[in-house]
Amino acid sequence: MSALAALLVRDMRLAVRVGGGALMGVLFFLVVVTLTPFALGPDLALLKRIGPAILWLAALLASLLALDRLFASDHEDGSLDLILMSRAPLELVVAVKGLAHWLTTGLPLIVAAPLIGLFLNLDPPAEAALMLTLLVGTPALTFIGLIGAAISVALRRGGLLLAVIVLPLTVPVLIFGVAAANAAVTGPVPFGTPFTILCALTLASLVVGPFAAAAALRQEME
Amino acid sequence: MRLSAVDLACHRGGRDVFAGVSFAVGSGEALTVTGRNGAGKSSLLRCIIGLVRIAHGRLTLEDGNSELSIAEQTHYLGHQDALKPSLSVAENLRFWAGFFGARTAKIAAPLAAVGLDTLADLPAAYLSAGQRRRLSIARLVAVERPIWLLDEPSSALDAAAQDRLGELMRQHLAGGGLILAATHGPIGLAGARELRLGAAT
Repeated sequence: MSALAALLVRDMRLAVRVGGGALMGVLFFLVVVTLTPFALGPDLALLKRIGPAILWLAALLASLLALDRLFASDHEDGSLDLILMSRAPLELVVAVKGLAHWLTTGLPLIVAAPLIGLFLNLDPPAEAALMLTLLVGTPALTFIGLIGAAISVALRRGGLLLAVIVLPLTVPVLIFGVAAANAAVTGPVPFGTPFTILCALTLASLVVGPFAAAAALRQEME
Repeated sequence: MRLSAVDLACHRGGRDVFAGVSFAVGSGEALTVTGRNGAGKSSLLRCIIGLVRIAHGRLTLEDGNSELSIAEQTHYLGHQDALKPSLSVAENLRFWAGFFGARTAKIAAPLAAVGLDTLADLPAAYLSAGQRRRLSIARLVAVERPIWLLDEPSSALDAAAQDRLGELMRQHLAGGGLILAATHGPIGLAGARELRLGAAT
């Protein structure tokens, strides 16, 4: 088994074990979205209009939850030292950790989204469009988050700093993710325009995220 | 194979940790690094594998695998055991063996070598400090690498485990490996040379 495959398997296993972040993220997502109709009241038209935005916000915050432990836990128990000695390039190692994070926190959100879309009065075509935007957009959230996770690795309470660093960077993803979902629900903008930009943002973050995070880790470990 | 350093210096946090350190270790040789607390024993080991930047001096490995860096031919046993409490003993070891590129993840023999074979399915959270240390040491046995850098390898180990560690180190040396160990006391290596840090200041 190659080093990267071993790392992917380990990180996914850790995420689903006790104390891992996988279940926490999707539960947080469910709680936030479920509470919204109670807070706003039974205005179905309003829920339908703001539903995609709420789902996207909840997904953004849920994917932040497990991020602060992504490198910090490896740093605290000394694993990061050994990982840095690896034959595999650090950029790839970081990307694999990001992939494991997305598979365990991003993907469950997308699976749960249609179910809880019912709470927000979304009809099936709108839910399909929303799922598609989340599927394309959540990897960008994870890979932008990698940068913040790497910068805050050595800080004891890095979670807050992580949110402050990462959230502004995710604004474009949020704008175009919600715009694409809304375009599918209400129009008048065609779905393709914001969706294409969302795809571009994700592709850019898949490239920039691992390089920036690896550079931050190297700097941090000095 | 020969690892040699000439006039090595290291700065950390705006302070000179050590300077002018020279040594050479060849195949089958062991070097113990000693010195008071804060003399830079751990920093020296971390310099060798590139976790701390070398401020001055030169570090070379002769007759090693020229396609691999020094770190990639080295096992580093640090202060921390690099274990995940929610994974079992076997899963922890299998991960590191796989991560360091062992072709076949045979973990039964390394676990037996450190006396943890009966605890293979126990989550690492339930291990004692000495057992965690032994699981860490099993990593060195599971994947073959010629250079061992050991930072206080015998800390938390009981007498029997220390003997076993000494036996593993002698086997490693007999197989042509080399060992650098930062330590305060004897670690059961007869004939090991000593590098004393911070003696001049």
